[in-house]
Amino acid sequence: MAGSVNDTITPPRWLLAELTYSCPLQCPYCANPINFASIRNELSTEDWLRVLTEARAMGAVQLGFSGGEPLTRQDLPVLVKHARELGYFSNLITSGYGMTEAKIVELKEAGLDHIQVSIQSPEKTLNDELAGTESYEHKKEVARLVKRHGYPMVLCVVIHRKNIHQMRDILDMASDLGADYLELANTQYYGWAHLNRDQLLPTKEQFEEAEAIAQAYKEKVKGKMKIYYVVPDFYENRPKACMNGWGTTFLTIAPDGTALPCHSARELPGLLCPNVKDLSVHDIWHHSDAFNYFRGFEWMKEPCRSCPEKAKDFGGCHCQAYLLTGDMHNADPACSLSPDRQRVYEAIFSARYDSESADAKPLVFRNPKNSKVLAS
Amino acid sequence: MNLPDDLHESVKMALDPSKTLNFSPMLRLQWEETQQKHVILYPEGMVELNVPSTEILKLCDGSHNAEEILVELESKFNQPGLRNDIFGFLEVAIENGWVS
Ligand code: SF4
Ligand code: SF4
Repeated sequence: MAGSVNDTITPPRWLLAELTYSCPLQCPYCANPINFASIRNELSTEDWLRVLTEARAMGAVQLGFSGGEPLTRQDLPVLVKHARELGYFSNLITSGYGMTEAKIVELKEAGLDHIQVSIQSPEKTLNDELAGTESYEHKKEVARLVKRHGYPMVLCVVIHRKNIHQMRDILDMASDLGADYLELANTQYYGWAHLNRDQLLPTKEQFEEAEAIAQAYKEKVKGKMKIYYVVPDFYENRPKACMNGWGTTFLTIAPDGTALPCHSARELPGLLCPNVKDLSVHDIWHHSDAFNYFRGFEWMKEPCRSCPEKAKDFGGCHCQAYLLTGDMHNADPACSLSPDRQRVYEAIFSARYDSESADAKPLVFRNPKNSKVLAS
Repeated sequence: MNLPDDLHESVKMALDPSKTLNFSPMLRLQWEETQQKHVILYPEGMVELNVPSTEILKLCDGSHNAEEILVELESKFNQPGLRNDIFGFLEVAIENGWVS
């Protein structure tokens, strides 16, 4: 039935404002696109104010300011203030680098609701090595200040093979810092993480051990600290429901104004994501090809098309399907029914080989120099 | 993970009907026009509320205890016998950290 997709479009609820690709850190699992250094023309303050207004009018209520490092944008307090006036619940997703107590207070007064600080590891040497910058003590100090100034403190640790054995220490660190929420995000293999997958993907045994530790801790700290555990899908039999359904809930705006149905959708070839410099958020959400592309089930191939579970996971992640099979219309190989499931086993095998090999590949750090070399 | 029931009980925080209740300053309770509903906003999430839950939470304002909330809402809705519903909801709200 023509137009049936458009008739059932739900409004966006979450807006992720990636303010900039600038970042003083160089995490090798960064979800930013490989070619970030060649993406210029950051949106102006006026553009962002308009985007916030338009998305809020449609129903978006959760707002994340991220990047790169959002603190590098001088207009952050202005954007935060506008967001508060519009009624957003806003979150600053930061590495903590460049944060000062004065800024924490200024942002609070502007109306920021919470701050999420990421720490790479509970151990200074590894933290600084992964961040590519000496930042450990400062991050911990920022976490304490966030708490002291009455924000809910969300601590985020991205989990991978270099730190997964530290799970117990990660949890203790979060408790010591008084985190209200701890996000244990198993690495998703897009962007830089895809590039470094052999060096980052843990083994199944490592995952299971770490997960058991985290789940037990969850019960222990119930009522004090809430733990969000983002499960790794390489060791699951079903994929994750992509973004709660493509174009149903999430809207990401990249630093140059490109509107993305998911933050890695830039990697998908031929998707032609629209830009907020050309169109209103409403038109983008309702009428752009990119946002309509994976809505509904018409686009599906087998085995998803006739699968009884298709309304549950929507065929999984299209970025993962593309990165692992070369075709974004395929079932996500994280699904055991996928004919390309072998790709997941190959990735696991290849990572294990790297971990046991004497001359393991070095991590490729996320910085403008590597970005330019890789994109050329 | 499934906990044995008795362990659940020990984690659950009991409601003291005489204690003044406060909605958490870390969260926000607000009206959402597009949903035509009140919602609780917290880091990474949102809970949609129905009308009675909203009325209860609005009275967790630092000047009412559970007993007073009960009296006020029973008279407002002109309906007696709400004790189990209201106290039950408040226990859930305390357990979720919405109210303390
Ligand atoms: S993941 Fe690391 S490098 Fe990437 S934006 Fe965040 S802090 Fe910067
Ligand atoms: S076959 Fe497709 S729709 Fe079915 S469970 Fe797997 S990914 Fe989901």
